[in-house]
Amino acid sequence: MSDTFILIPGRTSRQGTGLNQGKYSEAYLDEINTLKMNPDDMERLQVADGDQVRMWNDEGDVRVGVKSGKAELPPGLLFISYGDISSRFMPGETHGTGMPDSKGMEVFVEKASAGE
Amino acid sequence: MSTTDVASSDLKIVKDATCTFCGCVCDDMELTVENNRITKAKNACVLGKSWFFNHHIEERPDATIEGRPVSYEEAIEKAADILTNATYPVTYGLSDTTSEAQRVAVAISDWIGGSIDTTSSVCHGPSGMALQGVGEVTCSLGEIKNRADFLIFWGGNPAESHPRHFTKYSLMPKSEFLPNGRKDRTAVLIDVRKTKSAKAADIFLQIKPRSDFELAWALRGLAKGIDINPNVEEKTGIPLQQLRDVMDRMKQAKFGAILFGMGVTMTRGKHMNSEAVLALARDMNEYTRWVAKPMRGHGNVTGADNVVAWSTGFSFGVNLGRGYPRFNPGEFTTSDLLARGEADAAFIIAADPMSNFSQPARDHLAKIDLVVLDPKLSETAKVATVAFTTSTYGINTPGTVYRMDDVPIPLRPAFDSPFKSDFEILTALEKRIREKQLATSSV
Repeated sequence: MSDTFILIPGRTSRQGTGLNQGKYSEAYLDEINTLKMNPDDMERLQVADGDQVRMWNDEGDVRVGVKSGKAELPPGLLFISYGDISSRFMPGETHGTGMPDSKGMEVFVEKASAGE
Repeated sequence: MSTTDVASSDLKIVKDATCTFCGCVCDDMELTVENNRITKAKNACVLGKSWFFNHHIEERPDATIEGRPVSYEEAIEKAADILTNATYPVTYGLSDTTSEAQRVAVAISDWIGGSIDTTSSVCHGPSGMALQGVGEVTCSLGEIKNRADFLIFWGGNPAESHPRHFTKYSLMPKSEFLPNGRKDRTAVLIDVRKTKSAKAADIFLQIKPRSDFELAWALRGLAKGIDINPNVEEKTGIPLQQLRDVMDRMKQAKFGAILFGMGVTMTRGKHMNSEAVLALARDMNEYTRWVAKPMRGHGNVTGADNVVAWSTGFSFGVNLGRGYPRFNPGEFTTSDLLARGEADAAFIIAADPMSNFSQPARDHLAKIDLVVLDPKLSETAKVATVAFTTSTYGINTPGTVYRMDDVPIPLRPAFDSPFKSDFEILTALEKRIREKQLATSSV
């Protein structure tokens, strides 16, 4: 079962401090590889903190660890810190602005099957 | 007044140092430096502390060619060859270096006839386009600190991205005009997420994703006294009555400020969203004083805009291939010209597009010659043909940066680095490029 979500990449304090430790530091890599989701959506997709989900659209297709966004995120909205994964969902097209759609991208998410 | 006290041979206190991690560019740091490490950073926020504590001298080569350590001179020669021989080079980055270095980078781009673009194009570039269309009613952060009794934070999360903004520049300070500080101010947060900044706001408008444009235009209509269709709630998630209430309060303010982030510029609509927000601030001046300012991310991204603008007439996405500047976002912006496979060499200064560009752009970057300047190893430096390790601006290197309100601030470095600064490398590279061009010139 997959659902359609809207992905909002953004900055976090931990992403910023991790960045200074280095882009290969554990803190930075953990932060940019954690997808935050509304708790009701997690329940519906039958995923818990630390589980892997598959997230994809026409631009990208990744497996990523999921974590509850608690009250921060309304249902249907996903958040991930700026980094390699968020960039994978940006298109090459910028509609004449120089700026690819970098927030508010539509993505599909499903629980990753074991061993995938 | 800046003072540097040397208490002992390996302990130094640097007062009034400047943090260049984010666009706040706080210049009231007191740094304790011991054995070429910053061990205390008084007044720094959580991001500032991590900036100062993690930029020490690393064991890295001065320069590499294809990953092989080489001498600085050899690297300059190779970089000059690449940039001189390229048919369509692009210079990109520049938001984490001094304005002195930015100026030389523009000159090099002019000599080699390429495009020059900054990280603004994937940040507030759309706002740069918007202010060409509708202007920018602006002010310094000092005016906001002293006068703004109504603040709207729109599409940003300063509590995490600019941790001292609330306390130093906007929400909390007491002043002659706002003697009770926070109590004399009203704060609105507009965002799709209930971020950590929501706790600091009096009114939180949790809008539906991708409805910034509609919300801004509804407010513009209300400002003009136009009846707005109540179905605005379906689109934006905010009841019309609440918008009316916010607008009434906005009109009653003595000095209002909209501080908008990349929630506005990165979402569908982009420059149209920024334009609507800037125009709303402009419209409000029919009633009372209102301004709008973009919240800028990197330490000197505002300097990059300023330097490229006063050098070429445009702030980003500029092509110099015909010997005069041409501005065309979408054509000369880096993300596009890489994704379309147009550039045959890239000159990346203090940026990491291999990590944060779209996949088509990254795929092309991996195929072409790259000359990269960065103080730390990055995905871009890893695939560079020529990579220079640089000193860190503000920590090792003096110079000038522009705060997010376009105010230039001097840097007071804490300790020396064995690595050259961006400015030194760029100056040497410009000299060598000109020597090569003049040697082959028929004139």
